[in-house]
Amino acid sequence: MKVLVPVKRVIDANVKVRVKADQTGVELTNVKMAMNPFCEIAVEEAVRMKEAGTATEVVVVSAGAQQAQETIRTGLAMGADRGILIQSDAPLEPLGVAKLLKAVVEKESADMVLMGKQAIDGDNNQTGQMLAALLGWPQGTFVSKIEKSDAGLKVTREVDGGLENVALKLPAVVTVDLRLNQPRYASLPNIMKAKKKQIDTMTPEDLGVDASPRLTVLKIVEPPARKAGVKVADVAELVDKLKNEAKVI
Amino acid sequence: MSILIVAEHDNASLKPATLNTVTAAGQLGGDIAVLVAGAGCSAAAQAAAEVAGVAKVLCADAPEYGHDLAENLAPLIAKLATDYAHVLAPATTFGKNVMPRAAALLDVQQISEISGIESPDTFVRPIYAGNAMATVQSADPIKIITVRTTAFDAAAAEGGSAPVEAVETTGDTDLASFLGQELTKSERPELTTAGIVISGGRGMQSGENFAMIERIADKLGAAVGASRAAVDAGYVPNDYQVGQTGKVVAPELYIAVGISGAIQHLAGMKDSKVIVAINKDEEAPIFQVADYGLVADLFQALPDLEKALG
Repeated sequence: MKVLVPVKRVIDANVKVRVKADQTGVELTNVKMAMNPFCEIAVEEAVRMKEAGTATEVVVVSAGAQQAQETIRTGLAMGADRGILIQSDAPLEPLGVAKLLKAVVEKESADMVLMGKQAIDGDNNQTGQMLAALLGWPQGTFVSKIEKSDAGLKVTREVDGGLENVALKLPAVVTVDLRLNQPRYASLPNIMKAKKKQIDTMTPEDLGVDASPRLTVLKIVEPPARKAGVKVADVAELVDKLKNEAKVI
Repeated sequence: MSILIVAEHDNASLKPATLNTVTAAGQLGGDIAVLVAGAGCSAAAQAAAEVAGVAKVLCADAPEYGHDLAENLAPLIAKLATDYAHVLAPATTFGKNVMPRAAALLDVQQISEISGIESPDTFVRPIYAGNAMATVQSADPIKIITVRTTAFDAAAAEGGSAPVEAVETTGDTDLASFLGQELTKSERPELTTAGIVISGGRGMQSGENFAMIERIADKLGAAVGASRAAVDAGYVPNDYQVGQTGKVVAPELYIAVGISGAIQHLAGMKDSKVIVAINKDEEAPIFQVADYGLVADLFQALPDLEKALG
């Protein structure tokens, strides 16, 4: 089974995001970038499937600027076999990315797409579902457990009320949640090895896809700030404040 | 111009998140239709007909809609959507799962988790875990939207008397099948709609220690939540998680116990009206958003709090 893992380069999860003064976006200059944490979990799972003999090849794909190659290298260092960069300097939205990925899935004849449930920059939580729709494949979203069966996949989904088990026919798109696994750190020898692995570069035009955006960002601003309140000395004062000042209990 | 809401329900009744979505739809202006798709869902359809502000209920009753499988629901939504200017669903795991699939079938770029409506084509939504707010304008002919329920009040569940119309069903795609579920059983209020939430973090040190939080929750009529760290450590189930990728809550009172306050957690609770933080580390970032901060060992503070509440 050939597994395709789309990955996204985002601001590192530990960096405090700052909004630009001109309201056009967030500050990206000299900011530490990393692989989206959910994508890391997807790469880890795909590599484990390969180690377990369920996957035959793991291909990491990213759409974005030239620098997204670094993110692909991170996936290769974790154990993926090769990479594909869909190079585009234009802004991309989930629908456009889903169309690009569909073209790659078809070109590669992949049997499964394993990807993060959302990226921590746009917080859209859309691309996997959209890709599944465009391919006409089933979707297992927010998944915390994957089992391969003869008939296809059995996945456990994290839903608002608890957990849900769903059987999916293959080929399928699976989007992963936090508790699926703990991604490994790439070892130095594997980082060195990853430098020699192949990354093919193509453009949206090469794939025959129009990925132009549908949304116009009018402005990006800071959220209303919350003022820090007061420190209370003990539980008695806390209860008093909640009862008599805030009147919430 | 009219609006279609995709109801979240359990066949017998509407989920509260549907009521917040009705309020968001009301801000757009236009007739509001509600789609209730399920298996044996006539009671839920009747409940939708009674919601104030609803003009029409579309009821799609068939076995293939019984377990909210996106593979079966999305074609139905996409087929009905062409008669509407907007299609809205709550940004719950239900809406997040099904709506992007419907949007892609319609070749529409969805607008996720809106927290404000500027005009019929312009919306405000949080990005970067709520550290920035984006105002976006959509050029698509149909707007497919999920709604952050904490940003809109619940519509009145009674007062309406909309007609219920059966709609043609779209069949089973046979791509996925529901096997079962393990729902967390609780007598306490639901996390996303509770007036008071008390959450524990890594500082709780074990699942057993969450009993201290639960006893206080029962005294306050509160729901129990948790940070990602507490869920990852296995102290409590996944559906307790409050944060960027878990649940978003905005109760009257939020009590964070042993939670340091990573931005991913703050993203899920910083719109709460009153925030209390109990943490032994006075430098913990949670104190920067707390109205009342108590620097204390939670193993002392929680029993004291339980006693003080009588």
